[in-house]
Amino acid sequence: MKLNSPYPVVTKVLTGIQGFDEITDGGLPQGRTTLVMGGPGCGKTVFALQSLVTGANKRKEAGIFVAFEESTRQIVANAATFGWDLPALAKKKLFFLDAQLSPDVVKAGEFDLVGMLNVLQAKAVEIQAKWIVFDGIDVLLSLLDDAVAERREIYRIRDWLHLNGLTGIITQKVGGVEQDQRYNFLQFMVDCVVVLRHQVVDGTAFRNLRVMKYRGSGFGSDEFPITLTSAGMELTNRGPTEFEYHVTNERISSGLPRLDIMLHGGYYRGSNVLISGAPGTAKSTLAGLFAAAACERGERTLYVSFDEGGAQIARNLQSVGIQLAPYLESGVLRMYSTRTRGPNIEEQFGILRAKVRQVNPRCLVIDPMSALSAKVEHLASADASQHFLDFLKGEGITVVNTSLEGGFTADEATATGISTIADTWIHVSYIVQDGERNRALTIVKSRGTGHSNQVRELTLSDEGVSLTDVFVAQGKVLMGVARWEWEQEENATTRRTQVATDLKRLQLHLSQAEATARLQVVQTEIEARNAEISLLADSTGSASKLLRADRAMMRKMRHADEEVRVVTPPTANGGSEIHVGSKTNGGPKANGGPGKNGGKGPA
Amino acid sequence: MATIIAGKTALRLRLYIAGNAPNSLLAITNLKSICDEHFATGCVIETIDLLVHPARALADSIIVTPTLVKVYPLPVRRVIGTLSDTEQVCLALGVK
Repeated sequence: MKLNSPYPVVTKVLTGIQGFDEITDGGLPQGRTTLVMGGPGCGKTVFALQSLVTGANKRKEAGIFVAFEESTRQIVANAATFGWDLPALAKKKLFFLDAQLSPDVVKAGEFDLVGMLNVLQAKAVEIQAKWIVFDGIDVLLSLLDDAVAERREIYRIRDWLHLNGLTGIITQKVGGVEQDQRYNFLQFMVDCVVVLRHQVVDGTAFRNLRVMKYRGSGFGSDEFPITLTSAGMELTNRGPTEFEYHVTNERISSGLPRLDIMLHGGYYRGSNVLISGAPGTAKSTLAGLFAAAACERGERTLYVSFDEGGAQIARNLQSVGIQLAPYLESGVLRMYSTRTRGPNIEEQFGILRAKVRQVNPRCLVIDPMSALSAKVEHLASADASQHFLDFLKGEGITVVNTSLEGGFTADEATATGISTIADTWIHVSYIVQDGERNRALTIVKSRGTGHSNQVRELTLSDEGVSLTDVFVAQGKVLMGVARWEWEQEENATTRRTQVATDLKRLQLHLSQAEATARLQVVQTEIEARNAEISLLADSTGSASKLLRADRAMMRKMRHADEEVRVVTPPTANGGSEIHVGSKTNGGPKANGGPGKNGGKGPA
Repeated sequence: MATIIAGKTALRLRLYIAGNAPNSLLAITNLKSICDEHFATGCVIETIDLLVHPARALADSIIVTPTLVKVYPLPVRRVIGTLSDTEQVCLALGVK
C-alpha cells in the first residue's frame, strides 16, 4: 500500500512481519517507542520478538529483550517454534534479561526502574544495541499499584529510550484496550500504538492487528487479520487497491489435449483456474493432470490436498493413467496434505502462504479450495481465500483449485466467491439418465480466451482421461451408454439408408431400361408406318400412271384425234383434270373399276 | 560498601540501590531503622549501588530498585520497595 506522509519523514525499520511493514510503509519508527497492546494470547511477544530477530538476522542489529512476564527459557522455547534460534543469536546479537519477579517477592513500599535502566544502558553500550523490548510491562507496573507511580516509571522508560536512541517496543497486556483507562496515557506518550485483538467467532479464533497511532507517518488504519505461522507472525494485507499483476500471453497445457483445444490453447500462465463440481466428478483427476503436465515441463509444482494424503492421491491418479510417483521422487512435485478442521481460516492461509514461499512453485494445485472456505461465514474469512489467490497471482503462480459443491443440485454457484476472481472456470457435473451417471464438462468462463461452449463428456479409464463429443437427440444430451447406443443406432441408420439408396438406384435403372426398350418398340413401329406410308404412296402413283396408260391405250384403241390435247398434260395438272372428270364417276379408287367406268364416262 | 551494623553475623542482607534516587535513599534510611530496632544483636548489610556496579544486577537478577535480599539465614527472601512497610519487611526477614 503506497502511503503519502505529509509529515517530516520518520526513519523506519522493518519488522520482518509480512504485511505489517506494508501497512506502515516501512515498519516501526526508528529511535522511538512503540506500544503493543492486547489481551492475552494475541501475539504481543511474538510481534516484539520477531522485530528483534529480524533486526539481528537481516541487519546485524543488536537488541535487548527484557521479559517481565515469561522466563527467558519459555521465550526461547516459544521462539524455536517459529524457527528462531535465540540461543545462537543470544551469543552474538541479542541479550535477554529475565525480569520476572518471583512470586514470593515481598513488596514493602514504592520502587523504581532506575537501577535496571542503568544496567540496561551499560549493556546497550556494551553490545551496541539498536533495539530494546520491554515485554509485559504491565506485570511490573501492576505491582506498583499506584497510577502516578506507574506513569512516572513509563515516562522514565521513554526518556531513557530517547536518550539512548534505541528503538523501543513496549508490550502491555490489557483486558480491553479501550476499557483499560489506567493505561490510556501510554497511548499518548508513545509514538506508535499497535493494538492486537483476539476474538472467537463461531468457535473459530481470529487474531487482528490495528495500528492505532503512528506519529509522523500515514498508516493503514483498518484492522488486519494476522496469523502465526511457522515463520512467525504474518499480517494479511488486503493488498494494493490497484491490480498490478504481471500479465503474460503464455499458455500452458491443462494436461488434457482436448481441453486445451476447448480453451483455444490451454490455461494462461499465472492464471487462476477453478474446477467446480459435485463429489466424484473427477475434479482431482483434472487437477492431477495439470500437475503431471507441469512436472513434465519440469516446473516445480506444489499439490496441496485437504481431503486425502499425498500417497493416496498419487495412487488414485495412477488408476487413470496419471503417474506422479516419478515426479515426487525427483522432487519437482511436492505434496502437502493437511487437515482443515481446527485452526481458523486466516491461519490456514497463513500456513499455506508460508508453504508456498518455502517451496516456491510455478504451478499450484489446491484440492479442494472449498475445504478452507466453506465452513466459515465470518466476514473476516469470507474473502480470505480471495486474498490468498491474490497473493498467488502476485507471485505469478498458475493455480488450479477445485471447489466442492454441496450436493447434486444443478446450482453452479460456489461457496466462496472464488469464482469471481477465477480466470478460468471449468464445471464438471453429473448427468443422470437411463440409469447411468455420466460426467459432463463445460467451460463456464475463461477470461481472455475463446472457448468452446459445448458440453463434453469426461470419461475415465485405465488408459486415461478423455473428453468426448456428446450427442443431442430429441432435445436431450446423450452420454455414456446412451451415447454409445446412439452412435450404434446412427451407424445402423446410415447403413440402412445406404442399402435403400442402392435399391432405389437399381429400380430406377430398371425403369430407365424399360423406357428405353419401349422407345425402341415405338421407333420400330414408326419405321413400319413410314414404310407403309411410302408403300402406299408408291401404289397410288402407279395407279394413276396405269390410268393414264389405260386412257392412252383406250384412245389409241378408239383412234381418237384429240391425241395432242390428251398427251400434253401428262403432269399433275393434267392429272387434276382427269380427277375432275373422274369425280363425277364416284372417285378414282383403285379397285380396278375406274378403268372401265372412266373409260365409259367421258366417252 | 559493606556496612557492619553489629558484630555478630546472625543476619546478612544486601540492599541494591540506584545512586541518589529518592526511593533508594528512603530504603537505606528505613532499613537502618528496622535493623536498629529489630536486629540489634547482629546484622550485616551490603549496599550495592547499581549505577556503579550494573553487572551485579544481572548477576543477582535485580529488576527494580531498591531491592533488599536476605542472604542468610536461608531461605533467601526478597523485598522490593522503599521498605516503608515495616511489618512486611520484618515478616520477610523472619522477625515476629
